[in-house]
Amino acid sequence: MTPITLVRILCFAAALVPAAALVYGFFTNDLTANPGDYITDQTGTWTLAFIAISLTVTPLRRLTGWNQVIKLRRMLGLFAFFYGTLHMLTWVVFAHFFEVSFMVEDVVKRPFITVGMATFLILFALALTSNRLAIRRLGRRWQTLHRLVYVAAVSGVIHFWWLVKADITVPRRWAVAIGVLLAFRVWWTYRSRLSSRS
Amino acid sequence: MLILKPSDIRSSEITPKSVYLRRREFIQASAAALVAAGLPSLAAEAAAQGGGLAKLPNVRKSPLSTTETPSLYEHVTSYNNFYEFAPGAGDGPKNNSKNFKPRPWKVKIDGLVSKPGDYDIDDFIKPYTLEERVYRMRCVEAWSFVVPWVGIPMADVIKRVEPMSKARFVEMTTLLDIGRFPMQRTDVLQWPYLEGLRLDEAMNPLTLLAVGIYGEVLPAQNGAPIRLVTPWKYGFKGVKSIVRIRFVESQPRNTWQMMAPSEYGFYANVNPEVDHPRWSQARERRLPAFIANRRTEMFNGYTEQVAHMYKGMDLRKNY
Repeated sequence: MTPITLVRILCFAAALVPAAALVYGFFTNDLTANPGDYITDQTGTWTLAFIAISLTVTPLRRLTGWNQVIKLRRMLGLFAFFYGTLHMLTWVVFAHFFEVSFMVEDVVKRPFITVGMATFLILFALALTSNRLAIRRLGRRWQTLHRLVYVAAVSGVIHFWWLVKADITVPRRWAVAIGVLLAFRVWWTYRSRLSSRS
Repeated sequence: MLILKPSDIRSSEITPKSVYLRRREFIQASAAALVAAGLPSLAAEAAAQGGGLAKLPNVRKSPLSTTETPSLYEHVTSYNNFYEFAPGAGDGPKNNSKNFKPRPWKVKIDGLVSKPGDYDIDDFIKPYTLEERVYRMRCVEAWSFVVPWVGIPMADVIKRVEPMSKARFVEMTTLLDIGRFPMQRTDVLQWPYLEGLRLDEAMNPLTLLAVGIYGEVLPAQNGAPIRLVTPWKYGFKGVKSIVRIRFVESQPRNTWQMMAPSEYGFYANVNPEVDHPRWSQARERRLPAFIANRRTEMFNGYTEQVAHMYKGMDLRKNY
């Protein structure tokens, strides 16, 4: 087994821990008196976390020169989609119990839901096109499409920011984290433009 | 004043759909009861509830109580909002209030009253007979409990201090003490927490100054040593850990309205027709529950006792 294969297996197992903790909490009756909201909060947080973690892959590679780490990126992105799907399903089931009219009203009337749904749709599109066939078919357009993850990162933070009642401490932390990760990209783009000009 | 029997949920009113929606709750509740106590009935378990805090003596039952089964003590004391201890509902308030001391405690009565005063909390309570009031409690976040409060009718307190004729509102204030309330170091809310009622609302027979739950003194996270309970209003009106009751001429400010005036008003009456901008108020989760299992009732089911106070008012504007 190559080292990166081992790292991938460990990452995969670690990424399942938050979901396993929820399953364990369900069976031990330890998800608070309002488990629907608790699961919604947890899956939302982990969606944002995996978007952020997948965005650290490229900076990590460029700063450390550990090129193999790129082999983790798709899996981490798919975990963002996995938790994003669970998060969206908590809204479908716990918030609205499959009542389509309520869901439509929510998406249309409530900006934080609109932004959250847009974020989910981006993650869905990226997950659908994460396989080799799609990469080959889309060619150069694949990279353009997958830059939408930057949009998803920002809209994910906005979604969180708009839904809190008063305490913006936590969404502000995510904004800083995502901001730093995106700043790397802006800086590299700026530098490569400078150097290509000279 | 005429005291009417509370209008509890009549089983005939529960729609077949909501019965259907509640099936998981029934299964979960009975499973939890079986696991927790080895076969006693839920009602027996609820009657024996408490947290091992000091028992309150000589508590009178009240005809204003609902006959609904009280929620679990464990849930009522581990899932609530008290921003002075932690932001957001969950076990933060419980975990962060372990060292809170509700003594010594002073309550100041001032403003437009003939008999203002500074009271030690125990002297403040002494003249009154404690009553148990089992009330529905509806949070603005669309969840609810049934809580057996113990307290004194606010009307009794108000009569004793003799408000002047100019007094039209009552303002109540939570203790400001960074040493006891850690979140007051932050600017998450403007401190101290303020709430207010119109004088007739404060005089309503339902309005209670609670000093206990489940026959025991209030735990810190639920607003020890004394808090307001207005069961027809959203929970945030129930200002906790009160140190000042002031009688005033004009409508007082209240904290959440100051924070977000488009989301929280002065009246905050429970109303299924008027949504919070970010979620519907049409239904609610009677906890514990994963999904909404009840339709929200106008005035949280206390229409008979309170609707007359709002005759002719536009409750969409005065949310």
